[in-house]
Amino acid sequence: MAVSVVRVRHLVRKELKQLLRDPRSRPILFVLPLVQLVLFGYAVNTDVRHIRTAALDHDGTSASRELLEAFAASGYFDIVERPQRPSDIVRSLDRGRVMLGIEIPVGFARDLDAGRGVSIQLLVDGSDSNTATVAGGYALGVVTAFTIQRSGEAGAASRGLVLDARAWFNPSFESRMYNVPAVIGALLMLICLLLTSFSVVREREIGTLDQLRVSPITSTELILGKTIPVMWVGVLDLALITVIATTWFSVPLRGSLVVLAAGGFLFILCGLSIGLLISTVSRTQQEAFLTMYMVFLPALIFSGFFFPIESMPSIFQWISYANPMRYFLEIVRALFLKGAGLAELYPQFAVLAAMAVTGIGLAIRRFERSVA
Amino acid sequence: MTSAAVSVRGLTRRFGEVVAVEGLSFEVKTGELFGIVGPDGAGKTTTLRMLAGVMRPSGGDALIRGRSVVSEPEAVKPHIAYMSQRFGLYEDLTVGENIAFYAELYEVPRSVLPGRLERLYEFSQLAPFEGRLAGDLSGGMKQKLGLCCALVHEPDVLLLDEPTFGVDPISRRDLWLIVHDMVARGTTVIVSTAYMEEAERCDRVALMNRGRLVGLDHPRRLHEGLGGEVISVRVSEPRRAVEWLAGVPHVRSAALLGDSMRIMLGDGEEAWSSVRTSLEEQGIAVLEAAPARPSLEDVFVELVERERSGKNPERSGND
Ligand SMILES: Nc1ncnc2c1ncn2[C@@H]1O[C@H](COP(=O)(O)OP(=O)(O)OP(=O)(O)O)[C@@H](O)[C@H]1O
Ligand SMILES: [Mg+2]
Repeated sequence: MAVSVVRVRHLVRKELKQLLRDPRSRPILFVLPLVQLVLFGYAVNTDVRHIRTAALDHDGTSASRELLEAFAASGYFDIVERPQRPSDIVRSLDRGRVMLGIEIPVGFARDLDAGRGVSIQLLVDGSDSNTATVAGGYALGVVTAFTIQRSGEAGAASRGLVLDARAWFNPSFESRMYNVPAVIGALLMLICLLLTSFSVVREREIGTLDQLRVSPITSTELILGKTIPVMWVGVLDLALITVIATTWFSVPLRGSLVVLAAGGFLFILCGLSIGLLISTVSRTQQEAFLTMYMVFLPALIFSGFFFPIESMPSIFQWISYANPMRYFLEIVRALFLKGAGLAELYPQFAVLAAMAVTGIGLAIRRFERSVA
Repeated sequence: MTSAAVSVRGLTRRFGEVVAVEGLSFEVKTGELFGIVGPDGAGKTTTLRMLAGVMRPSGGDALIRGRSVVSEPEAVKPHIAYMSQRFGLYEDLTVGENIAFYAELYEVPRSVLPGRLERLYEFSQLAPFEGRLAGDLSGGMKQKLGLCCALVHEPDVLLLDEPTFGVDPISRRDLWLIVHDMVARGTTVIVSTAYMEEAERCDRVALMNRGRLVGLDHPRRLHEGLGGEVISVRVSEPRRAVEWLAGVPHVRSAALLGDSMRIMLGDGEEAWSSVRTSLEEQGIAVLEAAPARPSLEDVFVELVERERSGKNPERSGND
């Protein structure tokens, strides 16, 4: 299909003019990302200290006491209760007196020294899921550090302690290292959806869509004209957030900037195509708005943004495979925290690329059908 | 110039059970000002949307300059302009930006654009508002701007759906000036309207009712084809007179119009004198009576009446 570059350019110009002129969309472009980033960046990392903890030590050995001291010494946990029975821990959690319960079983020291697997029970108050996740992560970190120190070896798993599957790539245990990169994903998705979900419905509602359909412009040109401006905004926002994350929040970008830009670009395309699909399916702007939230919230929840995907029930894990944000969060976290490169991340890139191509194709097809 | 600019062949559109347009056929000559007249729900919008290629017909076809709107809509698009009943403007763009955007969509060459803009601004009187946001214009000015946007690529065929609906008289006159100017330059115009007096401006009109064509001719010949006579009468008790006349022979219809009454009579020399006698027998005094020129409205009412009485027996036979 022949695409008239000139016509697309005119359309892009018109869209940009409208985006910058509309008092509703202007703040979305660059203010929203800043506000969200600061909110997430601070809210998450300030309140998770001095977690009120109940500890029950069935073992009563020097090893188990050292472990509890390691918890207290970390600064993240204050052991405020020493209950005698497991049911007391549960009661304290229920009443909100403590956030975390630690239960060390009999034979902890013996198994540890013998090199057998030991298990410690950690009970976390899940009602504040955000803090719970972070608390759980810190606790695992303390336990890992403890075993490494005790065994004098690099691998904790090889000697004794078997960790839960929720491994935490965050050596300094700082939650913002983990959360700020993720905010990039959530924000890009939100901006793409906000800017595209309405673009086609709005023209349908005010009647200009009919006018466009009578004109020689093709569906492909129209979709291109609608996506290119949002793509630019998305790329600019990605740059803006990255700069603030690395300078203001001092979250170092260990991986390559080019890989981040490439991943961000693919992810933006995915977000755009979802927004366009919503826009072509909806009859009114209100419908588009509701649909957008019904898409965005699950995308956020099942992405690993708040809680690790591995800790979700398996059905939700399956759902998350269809979620582009899941892959992008894996990419940004790996880039920021582990300094990974394309060699490790190519599966995520492949999935995002496939999703982007399918999504844009579907949006064009869907738009053509809505013409009949 | 022998081929028709627009040729409609058995055009049909259904919405589920509703037949919005049924077996519509007519031809529009190049350079003709063609009216489609009908009451609400007659199917005018549906017809124009199918001609414009934004709605697919359920049956039949329409050729615009010999190209089918069904099978080659892309070939039709550059030659037409369609102004929908509620023309969509970008209200957050200015008057000038709206027109410029449509000029760009149709790739109007830069060299001819200034001349066209000047003419459009002159006719529409929109020049002083060039920098104003379209959203801040009055209803009539919006409609004129819509027409300017539709005309900026100088289409061969212009489709207008009730362009003057809800527009003040001055703007309405401006709009018709623009339309007549386009026709004078050889543009074929198909315009729908619910105003009968506007239809009288057209070269030919198609009368539509419930999706069907009930009449098609020059406005004057439609009048002549009526056969009867219309008399404007002033009587002592108009209300009672209208009620009484409903059942009197030779009277096709009677309606109040201000303080006088329009009576459409059937054929026959004696018609008026017998109706007059019948009124006077009822004690209604005839104060004044003069033959009137039948309006398109009269024609319309009559044709719909004929179609109904013609179709009814046929339909009950099918059931
Ligand atoms: N999208 C649609 N879905 C269902 N029915 C429709 C649709 N569009 C039109 N109709 C029906 O088709 C018939 C013709 O409608 P149309 O809008 O063409 O009439 P019109 O002559 O333009 O009337 P108006 O003067 O109100 O504009 C009406 O009965 C209408 O309800
Ligand atoms: Mg209509």
